[in-house]
Amino acid sequence: MTDEDNLDADADLGFAPAVVDNAGRTAPTRTASRRPSGFRRRAASLAVLIGALTAVGGGYAMLAPTSGADDTAATSQDVEAGRQLYNTSCITCHGANLEGVTGRGPTLVGTGSADVYFQVSTGRMPAPVQGALELRKVPKYTEQQILQLGAFVQSQGGGPQVPPADADLRAGSDQLGDGGELFRLNCASCHGATAHGAPLSAGKIAPDLYRSTDRQLYTAMLVGPENMPVFSNNQITPEQKKAIIAYVQTMKEAKDPGGAGLGRIGPVAEGLVIWTAGLGVLMVSILWIGARL
Amino acid sequence: MTTTSDDLSKAPTVKGPKRFDKPRTPIGKAGRWSEDRLGAAGGMRKQLNKVFPDHWSFMMGEIALYSFIILILSGTFLTFFFDASMAEVRYDGSYVPLDGVEMSRAYASTLNISFDVRGGLVKRQIHHWAALLFMAAMLIHMFRVFFTGAFRKPRELNWLIGLGLITLGLVEGFAGYSLPDDLLSGTGLRIAAAIMQSIPVIGSWAEFLVFGGKFPGTVIIGRLYIVHVLLVPGILAGLIGAHMALLIKQKHTEFPGPGKTEQTVSGERMYPTYGMKAGGFFFIVFAVCAALGGLAQINPVWLFGPYNPAQVSSGSQPDWYIGFLDGSTRLFPSWEIRLFDHTIPPLFWPTLVLPGILFSLAGAYPFLEAKFTHDKSAHNLLQRPRDVPVRTGLGAMAITFYGVLLVSGGNDLIAKAFDISLNAMTWAGRICLLVLPPLAYAITYKICLGLQRHDREVLEHGIETGIIKLLPNGEFIEVHQPLGPVDDHGHGQLAYAGSKVPKKMNELGNPHGHKIRGFFYPVREKTDIQAELDALAAAEARGEHRQKELTD
Ligand code: HEC
Ligand code: HEC
Ligand code: HEM
Repeated sequence: MTDEDNLDADADLGFAPAVVDNAGRTAPTRTASRRPSGFRRRAASLAVLIGALTAVGGGYAMLAPTSGADDTAATSQDVEAGRQLYNTSCITCHGANLEGVTGRGPTLVGTGSADVYFQVSTGRMPAPVQGALELRKVPKYTEQQILQLGAFVQSQGGGPQVPPADADLRAGSDQLGDGGELFRLNCASCHGATAHGAPLSAGKIAPDLYRSTDRQLYTAMLVGPENMPVFSNNQITPEQKKAIIAYVQTMKEAKDPGGAGLGRIGPVAEGLVIWTAGLGVLMVSILWIGARL
Repeated sequence: MTTTSDDLSKAPTVKGPKRFDKPRTPIGKAGRWSEDRLGAAGGMRKQLNKVFPDHWSFMMGEIALYSFIILILSGTFLTFFFDASMAEVRYDGSYVPLDGVEMSRAYASTLNISFDVRGGLVKRQIHHWAALLFMAAMLIHMFRVFFTGAFRKPRELNWLIGLGLITLGLVEGFAGYSLPDDLLSGTGLRIAAAIMQSIPVIGSWAEFLVFGGKFPGTVIIGRLYIVHVLLVPGILAGLIGAHMALLIKQKHTEFPGPGKTEQTVSGERMYPTYGMKAGGFFFIVFAVCAALGGLAQINPVWLFGPYNPAQVSSGSQPDWYIGFLDGSTRLFPSWEIRLFDHTIPPLFWPTLVLPGILFSLAGAYPFLEAKFTHDKSAHNLLQRPRDVPVRTGLGAMAITFYGVLLVSGGNDLIAKAFDISLNAMTWAGRICLLVLPPLAYAITYKICLGLQRHDREVLEHGIETGIIKLLPNGEFIEVHQPLGPVDDHGHGQLAYAGSKVPKKMNELGNPHGHKIRGFFYPVREKTDIQAELDALAAAEARGEHRQKELTD
């Protein structure tokens, strides 16, 4: 790929993530897919290749049936489909009119499609009937179904909305510096500067952000799940949210120029390495030298 | 025999048939040149002939020495590019995610070393890994000295110097870790400031003095820099010199065994054998640091961001050698104790009082032990850990205590990894801190006695041969190989001497406890080869002698 290709791609995406290569220089690369649920750049190149071929080959066929539907505004069909999904898997805990069921689940009136998107796309909802609430699981529904569910909940009580499906949630690379500052100011106290997560008091955990998609990051800030504060658009503007997302995703995807990243959890891992690998090798050498002479 | 007595070893100069007044080889010429000017040959010979005992555990101190050398080499490289200034700059280097961010020059120059100086990142990483290794090696070296009783008279001073080295190492490491002025180390500095503040009476004043005002101020990095590259390395080098000088003066200790006495020391000569061994080992240590520096990322400050007092990251940890203080802070209950109308912040106890007690105890130990055991004599022979169960038990107890503190320093990561609540971890840590050390003492004590008993058994009954004999009366007995003469009952008469007892058949017939080496066939030992050579030389000398007689 030439640099010009890159620039085109960047203009197209509006984002040039920096990937630090081993020589320590940064090189812009392009995202493999702009659909948040699509490929991560980390995916094997084979998968990217197959994906690209499928996209090109099946482009027309895929476009044709959806060309009539408008992605951004929920249609009544979406709401209807959402209602059906809701009635099959959410109604037992959240009630027929989203009013909630005592002892099972809270009301969803006013939670909005953003909360539904966050909860369902991260696999938190539908909650397991028994047992503790887990943090992240494999989502039960497809991206489209999740949006339909959200459209239904939104139509019933309003609330913060999930950004439209074609919205670009990452700011450009010129915003990375600001995004980093905002991230360290607002998020690092719980999720850690390297976003590896940390336990909070009383058994709660601020999870790592390594599996979060752009849209999940965005909706998480918007709704503030569980112990996380809400970062409304007054506190952190949508532009700033996009800058944060750009920073987090760039940092996650950047290679570790210094070698093995050791989980990026800092000095504890480094201490373990020196006591096991470092001193281990040296003790074996000492024993060997001692036995030879 | 490898055993050479140091006192007796005026190097056996082999007098050749001819003597050259003028050296002909380059080395010889150089030697003559320096001898004419320095006259140091006598002293040099003495040093080169110095013998070093060859037990593997004696090499742990060398790891510390070599990593110190590596630290000086790599650190000097870093000084060429590091800028210890807290002046604010706007970053425009090649690490894009920090583009345009305000940061101190110290942080910017660390980024510069990492991304724009050729080979800078690997040198930074070697420096940091070597720092971790330096501290770890000093610690295990100290354990060795403790458990073998090498700190006893006349070596108490070297024990104290060693403790000083560890303490200064902590300071040096902390100062270095703070230099890049990143969010992680800045958080550490903030805690250091809080610790200073917690000192009764002089607290605020101390903080003011060190930081030139309130934390963070604008001078601390510059000051830490001088501390890190000049002050502490200078003192460290001086102390290491004193440590080695005392070692050379007092000579090495060694384990008891056949032919080992309190008056002599045996082992390999400094030159050539020990020197080769040590020189080679230096390169192994260097290789380990270089491999880690090249393969494993350490302290990626670019991920942490520049220090900003308004920001904090969860899971901020110090380097491992400070970890025990982090752990003690996490475990210590937040009691605000009032003394003389003065509320002492809880931080004071776990971060200043506790390490103060730990280090004082360690420093006092040699004297306390001598007092309690009424042992006032000098010792050049070591003791095996099993032969002094009380000391070994106390050591295990101290290590366990330290270990619990160290692990608690990372208890948030354990809590997250195993999905345990942080509060539960804290309580578990507190309980372990009180329960495990006495337990470690008891278990270690028992193990020591068990090992002693086994030694005594072998001395009395001999080595198990693995041969089972069926007696005519149908009884099975196991055949034992006695180690020495036996009495009428077949019991050995060797006294327990606190030295290694052979436990396997192939350890027999070798006074130094070396096993017979070689994978497919036994390797010819150097000692045997030397004996043959000596015999040959002697025969030759006799032959020459006779020839001379004949010609006369
Ligand atoms: C087994 C019961 C159960 C089922 C089934 C269930 N939920 Fe929930 N839901 C809960 C509980 C309990 C909570 C509160 C969780 C918490 O506080 O962490 C919750 C919370 C939520 C929230 C966040 C509400 C808030 O106030 O923050 C949303 C949105 C949500 N659920 C959506 C759904 C959707 C959509 C479905 C169907 C796909 C669903 N849930 C199925 C039990 C359930
Ligand atoms: C007070 C601590 C706190 C702060 C500050 C905070 N979070 Fe969170 N965050 C949490 C907790 C706790 C959860 C887990 C919520 C749950 O279990 O449903 C969470 C979950 C998330 C998730 C979902 C992760 C997953 O498992 O998919 C994302 C994304 C996220 N946070 C992003 C952010 C961002 C971006 C910021 C800064 C703007 C931020 N958080 C600030 C505590 C925090
Ligand atoms: C016992 C000795 C030493 C220890 C334990 C030690 C430890 C450290 C540590 C942990 C760091 C942080 C490295 C990082 O950024 O990841 C550091 C940085 C540094 N050290 Fe040392 N060091 C020692 C000796 C020296 C010496 C002798 C010099 C110079 C002559 C030196 C120069 C530096 C410099 C310039 C830095 C800052 C550069 C940077 O952080 O990238 N160090 N040291």
